[in-house]
Formats: sequence, C-alpha cells, structure tokens
Amino acid sequence: MRYSETGYNLEIDLSRGNIERVETDPKLTELHLGGLGTNAKILWDRVPPETEPFSPNNLLIFSTGLLCGTPAIGANRTIVTTYSPQTLLMGYSMMGGFFAPELKYAGYDKVIFRGKSPNLIYVWINNDKVEIRDASHLRGKGAVETAELVRKELKEPNAQVAAIGLAGENRVYFASIEHGRSSASRLGIGAVMGDKGIKAIAVRGTKDINLARPAEFIELCNEVLKYIPHRQNNPVPGVMPILAVLGSPQEMKIYDEEWHTQNFMWGNARERKKDYWNKEIEEKWRETQEYVRKRLISCYNCPVQCGAIISIPGLSTYMMKCFSKLTYTMAAYSDLDFGFRIAQRATEYGVDGYSTPQVMAFAVELYEAGILTDHDMPGMPSDNEGRFYWLLDRIVRREGIGDVLANGTYWAAQQIGKGAEAYAHNTIKKHEQLPLKLGMLNPIYFLMYSTGEKINITQIEGNFPQAPFPTKEEREEFVKDWIQVPDERFKQYLLEWEPRGERSIPYYPTVEMCCEIVDWQERMHYIDDALGMCAGLSSFPLKPPYHIHNYPAFISSATGMDIDKDKLWEITTRNRTLVRAVNVRRGLRRIDEKPPEDHWKKRFPELEEALLDGYYKFKGWNREGIPKKETLQELDLAYVAEDFEQRGIIKDGQD
Amino acid sequence: MAKIKKKIKTIKIDVDKCNGCRACEMICSSFHAKPKYSSNNPARSRIRMIREPLQDVYLPVYAGEYAPAECMGRDKYLIEGKEYDECGFCRASCPSRDVFKEPDSGLPLKCDMCEDDPPQEKPLCVQWCVNDALTYEEREEEVEEEVKPEDVEIGLESLVDKYGLEKVIDTVARMAKKE
Repeated sequence: MRYSETGYNLEIDLSRGNIERVETDPKLTELHLGGLGTNAKILWDRVPPETEPFSPNNLLIFSTGLLCGTPAIGANRTIVTTYSPQTLLMGYSMMGGFFAPELKYAGYDKVIFRGKSPNLIYVWINNDKVEIRDASHLRGKGAVETAELVRKELKEPNAQVAAIGLAGENRVYFASIEHGRSSASRLGIGAVMGDKGIKAIAVRGTKDINLARPAEFIELCNEVLKYIPHRQNNPVPGVMPILAVLGSPQEMKIYDEEWHTQNFMWGNARERKKDYWNKEIEEKWRETQEYVRKRLISCYNCPVQCGAIISIPGLSTYMMKCFSKLTYTMAAYSDLDFGFRIAQRATEYGVDGYSTPQVMAFAVELYEAGILTDHDMPGMPSDNEGRFYWLLDRIVRREGIGDVLANGTYWAAQQIGKGAEAYAHNTIKKHEQLPLKLGMLNPIYFLMYSTGEKINITQIEGNFPQAPFPTKEEREEFVKDWIQVPDERFKQYLLEWEPRGERSIPYYPTVEMCCEIVDWQERMHYIDDALGMCAGLSSFPLKPPYHIHNYPAFISSATGMDIDKDKLWEITTRNRTLVRAVNVRRGLRRIDEKPPEDHWKKRFPELEEALLDGYYKFKGWNREGIPKKETLQELDLAYVAEDFEQRGIIKDGQD
Repeated sequence: MAKIKKKIKTIKIDVDKCNGCRACEMICSSFHAKPKYSSNNPARSRIRMIREPLQDVYLPVYAGEYAPAECMGRDKYLIEGKEYDECGFCRASCPSRDVFKEPDSGLPLKCDMCEDDPPQEKPLCVQWCVNDALTYEEREEEVEEEVKPEDVEIGLESLVDKYGLEKVIDTVARMAKKE
C-alpha cells in the first residue's frame, strides 16, 4: 500500500483524447517527495528545453503535495507547473482551496496534460471515471461563473472546480487559474491552460488516503492544532500587523493598512505616500470592507481565515484573496471601494492581481508621457478608474492595445518601443514584481530577489525577520522561543543585527550569513511546495507551527519513509537544484539574476557581485549560477550533469 | 416513581462562525477509521458541510437516524434570503440523497459523539473546530423513570381508537389463524 500519496497520476493527452491512470515510481517520492519536486522531475524528463510554452509538447501539471488529503492542517495546495509564456522559464504557481485534497480522494497525485484540444473542453474527474467534455457553451464565461455552471451541469455540488476566464482563453501572459477563494496566478499558467483548450477541471473523490503510522501522525497534528490559536493570540511585537500572526497574510481580516499604503508604491510602482494613512481613511476603509465582506473563509482543513466572500450590490459574488485588495487600489490611485469592485471583474476574467494592475498603470503612464496616444487608446475614458476598467476589458480580449499589453510590461515595452522600456521598470526575469521601492540595499533581499526561481518574493522570504529589531531587549525577547531556526547560530545573527552602525545593512549580515539565511528561508518554501503545505502556516510567517525540526516526523509517520532532518535537507537541496537545472537548460544565467535597478536607491555593485558569488558557491554552482558536476552527482542528479555536458552548458573537467 | 439521571450531549452549531474549512469532516472520517486515524476520507464523515460559498451558505449537519424511505416531500428553507438545499437541515441517512452513507457499501452512517475508551473530552469535530463554530455541552437531567408503553401498544391503541376494540380483536384472531 502507498501511504500519504495515491501512487497514481492521471495522464491526459488532449490532442488524441486519451486518458490513462499511470502508477508512479515510489523511488521518486523518496528522491523528491512530491508536488513541486516531482513536477520538476517530470518537466526535466519529458519536456525538452527548446519547447515553446504554447507548444502541444509543453506539459501542464496539476499536482497535489505529498501531505495533501492527510489530516496535516493546511496541506491543501495544488502546485501547477509548466513553461511560462512570460518568463519562458519554468513556471510554478500554486493555489490553496480544496482542489488538491479532492484530487487525492479521487485517487490521483497529479493530473498531467499534454497536447492541445481542438475545441474548448472541460475535464470531469469523478473517482475512476474521467471524461473530456465539451465546453463550447462556457466560452467567454467568467472563472467563478464557470465553476458554478459546471457544478450545476454535473449535478455535483461537492465537485471542486479550477477554471480560467477570458484572459486564459485568450492566452494573456498573466492569466490565472481560479478556484474558489484561491488562484494559481503568477507566471501566466492560465494562458497555457487556455492554449491547451481546457476551460475547467472538475474533480470529486470519495476514496481513502492512508497513513503509515497514524497514532504518531495525529499527535503531531494535535500539537499544530494547539499552537495555531496560541500563536494568533500572541502576535510578534514590533513587526507590521500582517507579519505578527499566521496566515498568508490575513488581509481580509485586517483593516489597518498603514504599512502597505505608506510603504508600497502607488501608480506604476512610482510614488510612495508616506503620509497617506489617517483616521478618516481608516474609518472609510473599514466601512467599505465590512459592507462588502460577508464571511471570513479558509482553505481545506485550516482554521486561519485569509480569504473572504465579497458581495457588492449589483455585482456577482466572488472570493477575495489577500493582497489583490490593495494592488488595483494603489495602481489606480483610488480607494478600497474601487479595489473591491475591479477585483470582482478581474477575478471573473482570471488575471493575476500583482501583474495586472501594474500593466494597466504602465499603460496609463505611457499615455501620459505621449508614448501611447489617442490613436492607440480610442475611446479611453479620462478618469483614472474608468481607464483601468477600459484597459482591463481590452487586455483580456486582446483587443487593440490590449493585445500588446496582454504580454506584460516587459514584452509590451519591447513592442511599443519609443522609450517605453524605461517604463517597464519593475520586472525580474520579465515578470512584474511587488510595487516596492526602498532606500538602502538589503543584502538578504537582494539575494532572494535575484535568485528566486518562483520570481515572487513572497514565495522565497519568510522565517527570518525582514528588518532588525531596534533594541537588544527586543531581539533577546524574540529569540527566546525561536525554536524554528535550523541552527542556534541564526539567533546570533539576529541578536547582533543593528538598525544602524557597523552591524547594519548592507554589510551586515555578512555575505556568508546572508547565504545561510536565504538558504534556510527558500528551503522552507521548497519543503512546503513539495508537501502542498500553505506557506502561511510554514515558510512565510515568523515562528510558524511547521518547521525543519517537526517536518521530518510528519513526513516519516505519514509515508513510512525514514526521513530525518539531514535527509530532508538533502531532498530539498535536490529539488531546489533540479528546478535551477530546468531553468539553466532554458537559458537562465547570472545576467538574468537581478532585481529592478530602482528597487533600492542606494546600491552597492561590488557587494552585490560578492553576494551572488557567495550564494552560487554556497549552493555548489559555478559563477554563472549553473550547478557544478560534483554538486549534481552528490544529489543523485548525475543525469543532469550528463545533459549539461552534452549540451555544452558545462564542460567536462571545468566549471 | 424513581428519578434517574440522563446525560444530554449537545453540539452547538454557530453557523456564523463557520469558515468552511471542513476540518470537522476530515477528522471525523479519520477518527472513525480502523485502526483509528489510519485513513481519512470526508465522504465517510458523519458530519457534513452544506456549503454554497457564493450564497454564503455554510451549514454543518450531523448524521442521525437511518430512514428506509423517502419523505413524501422535500423541504427547502429560506433564512434571511439564503436558500438552504433540499432537506438541508435533515440528519437522516435516507434513499433520497447520498450523504451519510459509506461511499463503497452504501451503509448508513450515524454520529456517535465519538464514543471512545477512554472517553474523549469532546467529539473530534469540536476539538478541531478552532473557530468555535462547533462547541460541546454536556449536562445531566433528572428524568422520571416511567414505564414507557411499547411501540406495539401505542399502535394498537390508535387502531382501537379508530375501529373499536372488538374489530381489532377479531382481526388479530383471524390473522393468527392464517399463520
């Protein structure tokens, strides 16, 4: 018997209409756990690097994590993997909700799509019965609307549905896959789903998921269950509200948006409004939020309420996820009411809440600069909010200028020319970033921004405080119950980290310390992404319930594999290296690894080079960020080294 | 007549506090697995979430008695503008719907308040509902120890009321002869 996983993948060839249930190799679970780890392995093995994202040979993988469907609280993430049309690199985006556990109960660890359907279809997975069904009547329908229609059509209220909207159908490079209160938004994976002709996937499962050592496993769950309310009732002092508690971030619960509105940039990631927040705005925003918010909701088997049902009179109901609440508001220089309204339309269209507002703000800026003209924007309203709706409608339909903007700021700027490139100033690896512009270079963040394969800071950062605590007393207090550190020395790094003076950024933490801190933080995300655990209970917040010391016991008692901390460390290093290898084979090199030039005002080119050198060395990679042969061999990835040699990416006997 | 003590177990359901995570379903199926916690499958759960997020309908319902036949009609509740599913509040495992049946055998499920040895402090669904949508109360009530008439007696009494004692006796005598 297989424990914690089903041991089967569903392989669907859309070109031929072929569906197969394929048993998986348990050895791969030992090497990669599951989720992102095994997705990377499949992508490496089966999709050659020259494959275009919109080629029928590209795969679109919906994967559960190894712990999804078990009683592990918060293990509900679906990890979707493909080649991204926007970055052209490996795109992996994740969503919470209910999809992954349901897929497990239906008897599958992954659904792997290849080929392309000639017509728009949806897939109905009902335990062993899997059908490809016509979706022509769903063309153009909203993502939320589609999910409702599919559930009704199937007469299966308990089916879980993941769907795309108009943006995915029209292959917008930042199209999302929507599923209830969750979405897999980043890197344009919704466009690949649309390209394959899949409007939606519905799943219903009524089978068991087994545990190898149930008594031990449930004890661990009970500890987490006790810890969560304790942690929520004892916020970490001295950090901003959303980082003080668990959750990814609990935007729908929190009214106090002083930190976001005054520290994040408005417009096209341009302007910081340091004195924006006041009592009057707080009151108004609280009213807005309370008026439209019907209920705080959670994902499968998680008590933390990160989402909400939003119902605005006159508009169809939707579910809001964290930060989208503010991205449209701030990009359009508007208020929270506008944010909630446009997010309703954007959710139905199925677009990413980070990239989309920035693309629109970028277009408005280009228009104001005269680079785009009335000729490009015929009939665009003159007010800012009207412009955003107008642009959104055109982007998702790829109409007129919308067709250009639908490729995101990087590609749109190339196409528009006339100096538009300077306005696409907030991308990393061709992907729009959080609208943050800061003063002094932070060496830890420099490394995470530069080298993160997810290309999204919130999926790399986490367990180490973002800034030093002002006083020694605060630091001592913080480290007292900081059991999550992989090693005691991390406490020392924090204790000695000062806001000013010799032991402050950018030279402290030192290059070596930064490498270790980054390695730990991203490692926790890699574990979560293999297990299907929500970052909000693990890798994202400070002092989370899941950490490097209890994860080995969770995995061992769930699966029956014998995994200790060292072994988990090794598996995670393997997964992280393999994801890097997939991207290296796609052409990723050192030159691509840089944050936006204006991310910090004060930059330190020599230090930045030293940081990259240090990080690559720490990882066992060469100067170009390519994993070395020895590193690959030590990690059971000799086949990657061979491939690199054959392609001339690394030469035998030299790095 | 003598007084006896009876333990009343109540799960209080505050639907406004429900965040719809279905931990109750999950842990119910896990607790009732054999061996305990060895597997889980919400489709085997004795508590079921009726969940229509877009209508803001979040309703945990517990499995009650098995009913061999369907009701003559189906109820629909409208409360504060929200429409609750047909028979939404009903606890029966009955032929009209799939809930509260083992998915493989179709056998009926019934909430047993997680009877366990040693006893659990609270049913597992309540333990796992950190947001307190489900809370547990236990109280003792003193009740009169009364001799309850048997079901047959109640039935016969109603027949006697309707047809008269003589007719009932004749009929029973005739039926006895046939057998």
